[in-house]
Amino acid sequence: MANDNNGEAYLRVRNLTKKFGEFTALKNVSLDVSEGEFVCFLGPSGCGKTTLLRAIAGLDIQTMGTVEQAGRDISALPPNERDFGIVFQSYALFPNLSVTRNIGYGLENRNMPKADIAARVSDLLDLVGLRDHATKYPSQLSGGQQQRVALARALATSPGLLLLDEPLSALDAKVRVHLRHEIKELQEKIGITTIMVTHDQEEALAMADRIVVMNHGVIEQVGSPEDIYADPASPFVADFIGTTNFVDGEVQAGGRVSVAGVAIDCGAALDGLNPGDMVTVCIRPEDVQVSTEGGGAGIPVTITDVEFLGSFHRCHVMPVNGAGQTFGKDIDFMIDLSAGRARDLGIREGMAVQAALPPEFVRIYRPVGGG
Amino acid sequence: MRDAAVAQAPRITPKVSSEDWIMRAVLVGIALYLTVSILLPLYAILSKSFKNADGLFVGLANYVNFFSTPALFWSIENSLTVTLICCVIVVTLAFIYAYALTRTCIPFKSLFKGVALLPILMPSLLPAIALVYLFGNQGIIKDWLFGYEIYGPIGIVMGECFYVFPHVLTIMLIAMANSDARLYEASDALGASKIKTFFTVTLPSVRYGLVSAFFVCFTLVITDFGVPKVVGGKYNVLATDIYKQVVGRQDFEMGAVVSMVLLLPALFAFAADRIVQRRQVALLSARAVPYQPKKNRVVDTAMLAFCCLIGLILVSILGMACFASFAKFWPYDLSLSLKHYNFDLMDGGSWNAYWNSIELAAWTAVIGTAMVFTGAYLVEKSKGFHSGRAAMQLLCMIPMAVPGLVLGLAYVFFFNAPNNPLGFLYHTMPILVICTVTHFYTVAHLTAATALKQLDGEFESVSQSLKVPFYKTFFRITVPVCMPAILDISMYLFVNAMTTVSAVVFLYSPDTALASVAILNMDDAGDVAPAAAMGMMIVGTAAAVRLVHAGLTRGILARTQAWRKR
Amino acid sequence: MKSTWFSSLGLGLATVATAAILGAAPAKAKTDLLVYTAVEADELKKFKTAFEKDNPDVNIKWVRDSTGIITSKLLAEKENPKADIVWGVAATSLLLLADYDYFQGYAPKGLDKLSKKYYDTTNTPPLWVGQRAWIASVCFNTVEGEKYKLPIPATWEDLTKPVYKGHVIMPNPNSSGTGFLDVSSWIQIQGEDKAWKYMDALHKNIARYTHSGSKPCKLAAKGEIAIGISFAYRGAKSKNEGAPLEVIAPSEGVGWDLESFAIVKNTKNLKAAQALADWSVSKTAQEIYNEEYAVVAMPGIAKPVKNFPVGIEDKMIKNDFKWAAANRIRILDEWRKRYDGKSEPK
Repeated sequence: MANDNNGEAYLRVRNLTKKFGEFTALKNVSLDVSEGEFVCFLGPSGCGKTTLLRAIAGLDIQTMGTVEQAGRDISALPPNERDFGIVFQSYALFPNLSVTRNIGYGLENRNMPKADIAARVSDLLDLVGLRDHATKYPSQLSGGQQQRVALARALATSPGLLLLDEPLSALDAKVRVHLRHEIKELQEKIGITTIMVTHDQEEALAMADRIVVMNHGVIEQVGSPEDIYADPASPFVADFIGTTNFVDGEVQAGGRVSVAGVAIDCGAALDGLNPGDMVTVCIRPEDVQVSTEGGGAGIPVTITDVEFLGSFHRCHVMPVNGAGQTFGKDIDFMIDLSAGRARDLGIREGMAVQAALPPEFVRIYRPVGGG
Repeated sequence: MRDAAVAQAPRITPKVSSEDWIMRAVLVGIALYLTVSILLPLYAILSKSFKNADGLFVGLANYVNFFSTPALFWSIENSLTVTLICCVIVVTLAFIYAYALTRTCIPFKSLFKGVALLPILMPSLLPAIALVYLFGNQGIIKDWLFGYEIYGPIGIVMGECFYVFPHVLTIMLIAMANSDARLYEASDALGASKIKTFFTVTLPSVRYGLVSAFFVCFTLVITDFGVPKVVGGKYNVLATDIYKQVVGRQDFEMGAVVSMVLLLPALFAFAADRIVQRRQVALLSARAVPYQPKKNRVVDTAMLAFCCLIGLILVSILGMACFASFAKFWPYDLSLSLKHYNFDLMDGGSWNAYWNSIELAAWTAVIGTAMVFTGAYLVEKSKGFHSGRAAMQLLCMIPMAVPGLVLGLAYVFFFNAPNNPLGFLYHTMPILVICTVTHFYTVAHLTAATALKQLDGEFESVSQSLKVPFYKTFFRITVPVCMPAILDISMYLFVNAMTTVSAVVFLYSPDTALASVAILNMDDAGDVAPAAAMGMMIVGTAAAVRLVHAGLTRGILARTQAWRKR
Repeated sequence: MKSTWFSSLGLGLATVATAAILGAAPAKAKTDLLVYTAVEADELKKFKTAFEKDNPDVNIKWVRDSTGIITSKLLAEKENPKADIVWGVAATSLLLLADYDYFQGYAPKGLDKLSKKYYDTTNTPPLWVGQRAWIASVCFNTVEGEKYKLPIPATWEDLTKPVYKGHVIMPNPNSSGTGFLDVSSWIQIQGEDKAWKYMDALHKNIARYTHSGSKPCKLAAKGEIAIGISFAYRGAKSKNEGAPLEVIAPSEGVGWDLESFAIVKNTKNLKAAQALADWSVSKTAQEIYNEEYAVVAMPGIAKPVKNFPVGIEDKMIKNDFKWAAANRIRILDEWRKRYDGKSEPK
């Protein structure tokens, strides 16, 4: 699956495997990151994203495979011979040093003149907006402020690579959204190549230039947020990024798939499949088209439940036509309707509607486990 | 899919940086120290128990001899008897005392706590001496024993109870402090009676603490030597047997055998305690809410009375020792005098012994703290080198399982072997320092490890990324942040070095006579009042050190409260 | 504190701990003489001062402990002896140690002036030389005696009377030289069978056995017990200090041993050791011995010692040191089998 951008990648990861005893945390992972890019490693916990980050940092060196940074093979080097700054989930701020000393910690060891250190720290304080808190200790700062100190400390030595390990997950929701923008802005301003690990898809979608979706120690998909959302490469990605309906389908002749007894046009998506094959049909809730007129191409369904979620309504539906016809065992099919559209349609529980699955939004996968 | 294709990729061997080498070298150094100071001596004493006086291997002959000599193996029963009685008494008393301090609204809690910790400041010989003055033939409250004699199991049990009370209480206090108030609220809401709550909530929540306290008490009592030495009378226990075999009969081989016999229950209790403690950690929920006691007139009054009684006993034992040290000629002339403090005319090495003890304690505190903390840091925070760290971890735990007498005797066998290149240490101050540091290594190590575990695990990673060498971060961050724990460790080592008798009793030389051993020797020679006087010197010094420690800790906390979270 | 030590801890800790020598900087180079002794602590200073006055280039360093412990220390170190000279230790112990080839013979200047029964005459030069006799005695606390209506015992046999039950303390012979000389003397006086029977009876009256030989008398002096089987010097000394004591030499005869010295083989400080040996047989030394002990090795020196039992010299048994040394382990084993570790069956 690897990488579209060949040529001069800033960070080049090749065939990385990491084993902890019998457990394989990373399986043969390869990845390129270009200079100045903001890449997010996204996946559920235990998927190997943090392991990959720590391998790149040299904190837990991989069992096999190579890492090159700026054309230098750093595969076996200890962290202090690499070139990166890092922010941990816990921030790991030194509790007994003031904000200023924390930020300057890496500079003090480099034979820099005191005045230069002071100037650099001062710049960083401005950069992260903590000038007023320079003399405070970490425990006297809010979580968001601590996070910014950690960021400034990581940037102080002007590293070539910035690694962020779940930097926002310890903060409450509002601060998180705010800092998301700040970090992204900062990154664009400095132009530093950045890798961030997160399990929060929203965060990844909002911040990353490219997202690396990982699961079970392998990369499932690499792509821009839009690509990944619109064209997930696997049911896992489809499920993990955003919300997706998975329903059972059976391939029919003529590029059609039968879902709950209704045939849907799928065209080219069925290449390599034969009539009679069982498939998984995916569609995002907001892509389902609802109409109240009967006799259309849609699947007749009954709305069993309506959730009001602010700007939109989420309807849970069940097929009604033909006895015994369902979307599949225990499948919960959802349709998202904007508030306005829901009002127009007069959506309510128990209502019968037509749910159409437009071919351009439908994705077909072989059943999970069958590949 | 892709896995097969690259199965042959070369393994990466992480480059070991110069910093890693430094860490490993220091870690190996400390591990080597522990090997030399505990493993090899233990091997020496073990092999000695299979040899005869001429150094020839005789298999189990010494053990056969031990078990066919009733005078010797009866001591096992005696030891177990007094130990179990002590455990039951002390754990019960300490439980109630801890309950009073944590679950009731009695006044003067910190005073009661302070009083209960008094026995920590003295060698176990001192309370035993005080018992002689209280219950001996000329004892002031001799009649309270209803004609029974203090010399024997009664005296041993009383003395040991006094000696181990603070240790057991500390465990009980921790166990009680960990209980979850939400359970009490639930019990209240369900309308359970006080007594039912006690049996369904209080007891179960501290059960691991109780078990742990029991084992600690068991180990301390069965390996203690000071109390039975002074008031044991004709009642032989294993600890005094070792001393008698070695010092009295010059039978080193039998001493080694008894040591091995004593090592077994100590090892067992130690292992059991470790297992229980591991469970207790799992039991605690992070969201537990601390319990706030409510006033209850009847219970509070009863508990206050109980604490007063225990406190009074503890204080009066110390007070008795104090008075005895000043009484001119007990019991015929009770006028006060300082003549018993003129140690220069007594057995046991005179005032030099006192200064030697101070010197030993100071070196033990300084060297021990540096070594223990560094070792714990490397075990907890270094990367890679798993085998080395695991071995070190194990080595750190061994000293706790080894009774002091066994350790001391093992040192004699090991360091005085004619072909040992380290033989030059024998009969010197350094060997006493080594022995004492090693003897108390485990508790100090655990204290350090606990403090280090509370630090953010990524300090080292951050400094590596900032290219700051680990030792700079160690001195600039780790040490200052852990300073309260470091002070705790050094005080623990200092006080124990002042009060320990068992390990050093075989190791001192005329130039390095020690105050605690002097107490033993003066008591042995019948100079009981000077022995009490020397004991008071130790108590005074240990108390002063504790005060200094408290002052320092308070000062540091005050100075650093800006960044220290409470 | 006279000095601190200079040492390397060298093990594991790669640091070297150093300390400076405080106070007395470069003084005259004195020979440190390591002397193992069982002489009571309160006398040592006196001997050291007197000897060093006559031998200013020697500095005595005492290793003092009770007889059993000193003997055990010496035995423990037999592969690798530390002592230069053993001084003021029971002849029985020295004979035992001599079996391990521990000592080198030396005839101190003036040896001929000593009574022949007080030094080693089997070897020439003698391996050991006696200094003074320490003699078993019974310390009786008159106040306690009155309290419990105890008659003053006159004989060893008296002590087995039921009236004394629980009022007698004696040293454990396994650790105490005094304890051993008691047991050994009873055997030598009565013969083995009768002696054990005697001890069986005595054991019934014994409250407990102590580790050291002086402790029973010190306990009696304090009234902690009424009767302490100990030795004469300790009894006299306590009585002089004002204790309500009667010091008794039982009429059957009393055990004794010789405080003796012997030079350790291959000592590095042979000259100094010989100087101490010479001094120890001198008249000066013998007179100091006599300050506390009534019987000394040089005939014609001894003057009566205050509060020493009268006529104790005549009651000293004919002690066979060789027999005692040869049978020591056997007797102690038997003793331990009979009396040690017997927990009270109450």
